Amino acid sequence: MTAMQDIAIGTELAPLQIRPISRTTLALFAGASGDHNPMHIDIDVAKSAGLDDVFAQGMLSMGYLGRLLTDWVDPQAIRSYRVRFAAITPVHGKPTATATICAIDDVDGERRATLNLTVTLDDGTVTLTGDAVVAA
Amino acid sequence: MSVDQSVIGKELPPVTMTVDAGRLRFFAKAIGETNPVFTDLETAMAAGHRDLPVPPTFLFGIELEHADPFAWLADIGVDLPRVLHGEQSFTYHSTAVAGDVLTATPRIGNVYSKKGGALDFIEKASTVTRENGDLVAELKTVIVVRNPAGASEATGMQEPAK
Repeated sequence: MTAMQDIAIGTELAPLQIRPISRTTLALFAGASGDHNPMHIDIDVAKSAGLDDVFAQGMLSMGYLGRLLTDWVDPQAIRSYRVRFAAITPVHGKPTATATICAIDDVDGERRATLNLTVTLDDGTVTLTGDAVVAA
Repeated sequence: MSVDQSVIGKELPPVTMTVDAGRLRFFAKAIGETNPVFTDLETAMAAGHRDLPVPPTFLFGIELEHADPFAWLADIGVDLPRVLHGEQSFTYHSTAVAGDVLTATPRIGNVYSKKGGALDFIEKASTVTRENGDLVAELKTVIVVRNPAGASEATGMQEPAK
């Protein structure tokens, strides 16, 4: 855990390593998130669309990155959070979420840190990039 | 370009959700969240929350509570299996907690094409408010549509398309 008083540009939060994503995880996330798109949970539908298999919901990986943020700050300190989904995450993919502080600014009398965010699979594929601004 | 630009600015039906503590615990389980601030009321209140706070991405699910949440895509001629989530952003104004009655009000933003029409991009902007009108968050979604002619089968965005 990185203490608030220690933050500086270039500080990296401890990476969050996720176990390989199982079909059970995809099903649970479909139910919990409300995203019932069958492309993530029904291999028959995925195949009918020309894919070999289902793939993970992008918002699942964004949820993992969110865990990294809220392991560090309370959710009410997050001012903004955005990502670009750069590649799909296959079933059994093993994501690692990372965050590095790239700016510290004063905005309206509040000290805010901007973090560069990335999710990478263990084969090196970058699946998400983004940034978040938190009150620090 | 298969998505008609006349849809730009189209307002989509608002969706209301009462944030349920059980649903928040289910969501935490699904993303492997073990931070007790999201699942234990005492911890949440000690951290200054009125009730269990929603995780940062939970609000994306409000619009999915619609009885047919992907109907708006079908209405503008987009098949769900050709859709990828391209970008997602959240700007937070106040933290939602269990018990809040939240309404998401979505509107279609810009619509544009890339890679010679192989990919269409649809932006959707939503505001989330409480019953009393307080702004909770603003969401922006970019949806990518892989068009049959130019899309290379399995991986969509990662493949160079003509």
